[in-house]
Amino acid sequence: MIAFLMLLPSLALLGLFVYGFIMQAIGTSMSDWGTSGAPPPLMMNVTKSFVGFDNYRQIMTDLLEYNFRNSLVNTFFFTLFFVAGCLAIGLFLALLLDQNIKGEGFFRTVFLFPMALSFVVTGTIWRWMLQPGGGINTLPTAIGLPPITFGWINSRDVALGFDWSDVPRLLTVFGVAVLCILALRFALSGRRRAILVVGGIAAVLVLLLVGGFWSNFWLPLENDLAEKSFAPKGFNLALIGVVIAAVWQMSGYTMAMFIAGIRGVSEELREASRVDGCNEIQMYRYIILPQLSPIFLSAMIILGHISLKIFDLVFAMAGPDNAQTVVPGLLVYTEGFRENAFAKASAIAVIMLFAVALIIIPYLWSQFREASKVER
Amino acid sequence: MAYTPRQWRRYTTRTILYVALIVMTLVFLLPIYLVVVTSLKNPAEINLATAWSLPSTPYWQSFQEVLVAFGPRLRNSVALVIGATVLSSIFGSINGYVLSKWRIPGEKILFPLMLFGMFIPYQAILIPLFDFMRGIGLYGGLPGLILIHVVYGLPITTLIFRNFYVDIPDEMLEAAAIDGADFFGIYTNVVFPLSIPGFVVVIIWQFTQIWNEFLFGVTMTSNDAQPITVGLAQLAGGQAVSWNLPMAGAIIAALPPLLVYIVLGRYFIRGLLAGSVKG
Repeated sequence: MIAFLMLLPSLALLGLFVYGFIMQAIGTSMSDWGTSGAPPPLMMNVTKSFVGFDNYRQIMTDLLEYNFRNSLVNTFFFTLFFVAGCLAIGLFLALLLDQNIKGEGFFRTVFLFPMALSFVVTGTIWRWMLQPGGGINTLPTAIGLPPITFGWINSRDVALGFDWSDVPRLLTVFGVAVLCILALRFALSGRRRAILVVGGIAAVLVLLLVGGFWSNFWLPLENDLAEKSFAPKGFNLALIGVVIAAVWQMSGYTMAMFIAGIRGVSEELREASRVDGCNEIQMYRYIILPQLSPIFLSAMIILGHISLKIFDLVFAMAGPDNAQTVVPGLLVYTEGFRENAFAKASAIAVIMLFAVALIIIPYLWSQFREASKVER
Repeated sequence: MAYTPRQWRRYTTRTILYVALIVMTLVFLLPIYLVVVTSLKNPAEINLATAWSLPSTPYWQSFQEVLVAFGPRLRNSVALVIGATVLSSIFGSINGYVLSKWRIPGEKILFPLMLFGMFIPYQAILIPLFDFMRGIGLYGGLPGLILIHVVYGLPITTLIFRNFYVDIPDEMLEAAAIDGADFFGIYTNVVFPLSIPGFVVVIIWQFTQIWNEFLFGVTMTSNDAQPITVGLAQLAGGQAVSWNLPMAGAIIAALPPLLVYIVLGRYFIRGLLAGSVKG
């Protein structure tokens, strides 16, 4: 009884500050608070009217809101390259450090120290490192090579371009491809039921696409042609600089996770594999890497949700108003706290929350299911 | 000359290994070199083409100028970090004690619900939070910012303490209970004295997180309550910046968490890895 009473203040605070505020944000996203023409947003007791999904429709279609669509595209590519970069470099460093290195502690400290910095500090530092006419670009001149001329954070080029209206199709193709790979793996291990489930999901995805289901959500743009000309969709090369800085900061984190995982593989198992005639490379390939797959998944989820929320790094590196590197987190700030367009900012924030919840809820669920299994 | 082929192979792989490590070390430390060099240059000496060269004479004045430019923000950050860290670790310790050692109705649901709060994008609660803080008259000031950091720090501090206390054997608590200790008696006599490493991990973690935080700092404070990260962003944000100031500012803003990391790295890593849950 006392125990519960002691927990109560925290529960109440989190209940209000997390769940209460989320409800309120969803409500605001369906109101006209701060929309032009509505009452002044900062008035006390401002009247707000219910407008349904108007704000969502607006940010998904209105020509003037192209920034939001571009921020979604940027988040997609940023997440892809950031997570891949951190996993690759983190694993590489962890494997290097697993070789009985002299001074291992020193190297580990060096690779992990950026984690102790603020994203604002990292952003400030790398903004200077990646100046078009200086920093990294002038490094080759030290050994007599011509300087690099790439605009790491101010390039205006777009690669891997695609059509906004094609997104449901592309995502379906991508999803089906992933499911096919899964099916192939299940086929190799002879799990018939799993193949049927995967095949069923793939069939549903294709049917949803062919049946035009997504067109209820993926509305056609107000002015497709105009948007293509001044806000083309694709990988903005100016994001490369932000990805580099983010990987520099966070790959030590994946390294630490991988090291913890590798150390968890028992010395007996290693010894046994050597006795069985494995060489070092085979041992990593067949004994250690398979044991790391849960860590890969955790790292992907943790890094993925960080990159969905990314805000301060881009703010410090490219500024809050850079159309080339805009992300949803920045738009909530600029729309909400500079323009006072609270309803629109809330709609963007709710979409961010939805994306994060989509990967975090299954993650928490699986973590707790695992834990209660152990207890039993 | 007298190497066997096997020794040769071992020798070359070891060499490649260390060369790779040294190259990666240089890559990771390169930005630090540039920051230090730039912060010590006279602004007149800074230009893009010679960014990598050493300063002709160290110019310490930038640091003084930055301290003036930061003004009260450095003090704000110190007050914020102390207040929020102390409060959130005390709450976290009690929550962790309750959740690991006492039966709570519905704890299997309550605990994950609490933890979800540390993963949400804070943008999602920013506008209601702004509205709420304005309503209770705490918007814009340091106490409000401390409250915010305490509340949103609860999930991680609770998690770390809970996982820490799970390892305390129940028999020790039962023995104290038989001796007549109640809820608080068990906490003060048994649990708290064993908590020191847990507190070190939590305090270090909260200290670095709150010191480095930017989103709440930039949206929930008026000018005179801003933390240092906001000061740094302003220092570096202008168009025609002279780069010695942002670089000196970055060093000052980075130094406290960096020192903690270098001195107490082991505990820092434990906090870091605790963030990937394991309920």
